[in-house]
Amino acid sequence: MIKDAAISFTLKAYLVALFIFVFAPIVTSVVFSFNSDRFPSIPLGDFTFHWYELVLNDPDMLTAALNSLFVAVVSAVIATAIGFCTAYSDYRYNFRFKGPYLALALLPPTIPLIIMALAMLAWLSKIGLSGSVLSIIIAHSVLCMPFAMAIIRLRLSQMDSSLEAAAWNLGASEWGAMREVVIPFTRPAIISSLCLTAAVSFDEFAVAWFVSGLNKTVPVVILEIVQGNIDPRVNAIGTFVFLTSITLVVIAQIIFMKNQKNGKAS
Amino acid sequence: MSQLIKKRRIDSYALAWRLPIIVWQLLFFVGPLLFLIAMSFFLVKNYRMVETFDLANWARMFSKDYFWSSYLYTFGMASLATVVATLIAFPASYALAFKVSDNVRRWAVFFLIVPFFTSYLVRTFSWYVILAESGIVNSILGNVGLGPFKMLNTPFGTMVGFMTLVLPLLVILQTLSLSQIDKNLIEAAHNLGCGRIRTIYAVIIPLAKIGLVVGALFCFILSFGDFVSPYYLGGSSPPTLSILIIDTTKSGQQWPRAAVVAICMMTTLFVMAFLAIRFAYRKPAS
Repeated sequence: MIKDAAISFTLKAYLVALFIFVFAPIVTSVVFSFNSDRFPSIPLGDFTFHWYELVLNDPDMLTAALNSLFVAVVSAVIATAIGFCTAYSDYRYNFRFKGPYLALALLPPTIPLIIMALAMLAWLSKIGLSGSVLSIIIAHSVLCMPFAMAIIRLRLSQMDSSLEAAAWNLGASEWGAMREVVIPFTRPAIISSLCLTAAVSFDEFAVAWFVSGLNKTVPVVILEIVQGNIDPRVNAIGTFVFLTSITLVVIAQIIFMKNQKNGKAS
Repeated sequence: MSQLIKKRRIDSYALAWRLPIIVWQLLFFVGPLLFLIAMSFFLVKNYRMVETFDLANWARMFSKDYFWSSYLYTFGMASLATVVATLIAFPASYALAFKVSDNVRRWAVFFLIVPFFTSYLVRTFSWYVILAESGIVNSILGNVGLGPFKMLNTPFGTMVGFMTLVLPLLVILQTLSLSQIDKNLIEAAHNLGCGRIRTIYAVIIPLAKIGLVVGALFCFILSFGDFVSPYYLGGSSPPTLSILIIDTTKSGQQWPRAAVVAICMMTTLFVMAFLAIRFAYRKPAS
C-alpha cells in the first residue's frame, strides 16, 4: 500500500514538473513584460509599464494589430461557413468518394506550415493575389477550416437525425428545416468555431510572413523584432496576444461545455 | 415524374452543402500544392521565374552536400524529438489517465490546450531568455557554483523548443488513448499476477498503440517542419530543411529550388505517415 502511494505521488510530482516546463515560457514572458531591465535576468529589475507604453505608442504596431484582427475575423467567418457546409454534408449524406472528400477537408493541418507558406506564396503570386491582406485571409481560412469542421461535426453528431425529418413531415422545406432546426441546434458550436479559428489565425506567423508582403500581422512583427535582437517589447506584445487568444478560447470553452450539457439533456 | 423532380431538388440542396469545400480546397489547397510540384521544374533567369520543364533544380539540390547533411540533421533531430517526447509524455499521460480524478483530468487537458493558443514565437523567445549564458537557468545554477552552461545555439536548445511545441499535444493524445482502455483488463492482469511494469508493456501499451503511434507521428511532423526552434534556439547550425526553404525563398529568390526541398519534406512525411499508420493498425503476430 505504501509502495502504491509512493508511486502515485511520484507520478503526480512528475505531472506537476511537466506542467511547469510547459508553462515556464508563458509565465516568464508575462513577468518580464513588467520588468525594467533591458536584458531579462534574475534578480528582477523594477516594475514598469515602459514596454507596454512603447508598444501602444507605436503606429506600426497599431496597423499590425488592426490587420491581425481583420484577418482573424474574416478568416474565422469563411472557415466556419465552409466548415459548416462540410460537416453537414458528412452528417447528412453518404455518397461516393466520401473518404477522399473528407481527406480533402481535413488534410491541411498535416502539411508543415513552411511548405504551405511556400506553396501559397507561389500560387497566389501566380494568380495575382499575393502581397495583400486578402492573401493572408485565404491562407488562414484553409488552415482553420478543419478545426471549424471538427467542432461543428461533433455538435451535429449529438443531434437526433429524426429531428430534421420531423420538421419535413410538418411541412418545412429542406432549407426551412435547416434554418429553423439545424442552425439553431448547432449555434453554440458555430460560435465556438468562430472563436477558436479566430484565435488560430491570430497566432499564425509562418504563412502570414510569406504571403503578407508589406501588410504585416502582429505575429509577423514579433518575428521581425525577434530576428533583430533581444527586445522586451516582445514580452509585452506576447502578453497582449495571449490575453486576446485566451479570451477567445475561454469563451469557446464555456459555450462548448454548456452545449455539451444541453446535448445530454435533450 | 414528380419523384424525379423531387430527387433533382434534393440533389441541388445536397450539392449546395457539398460543393463549397471542394471548390475552395481545389483553388486554395490542392492548387498551391500542385503548383509547388510544377514550380520545382521552373527556372529562374534574371531574377524572374520562367515556366518550363527542366530537371536542373533537382539535379542541383541532390548534388549538394549541404542539402544531404541538412536532410540527415533534420530527420535525426525530428526522430530524436519524437522518441524523447514520447518517453517524457508517457508517465504524465499515464498519471492523468489512471491516477487522477475525472475533474483533474478535464482541467489538465484544458490547461494543455492553453499553450496551443499562445504564440509559439513568444514562447521560443522566452526560452532564449531563460537559457541564455546570463539567463535565468545559469544565474540560478551560478548561485550554487555551477556553470555557466552553453545551452543556446546547441541541439539541446533546439530540443527544448521542440518539446515546447509538441508536449502539450502529445500528452493530450496519449491521455485520450490511455483513458479509453477498459480498466477491468488492467485489474485482470493484476489479479493474474502480472507486475506493474509488465502490465504497462504487455497490456496498456498494446491497447493504446494506435493513439501512441498517432501522437508520435504528430511529433515527427511538427518537429520535422518547424523552423523557429532550430533557428532561434539551435542557432541554425546546421540549417534544417525548413530553414533552407526560408533562405532559398527569401534571400535567394530561388523559389524552384525551395520547392524541391519542400517536395522532399512532403515525400518523407508521407512515407513516415504511411509506415506509422501501417504499424499502428498491424495485428500483433500471434
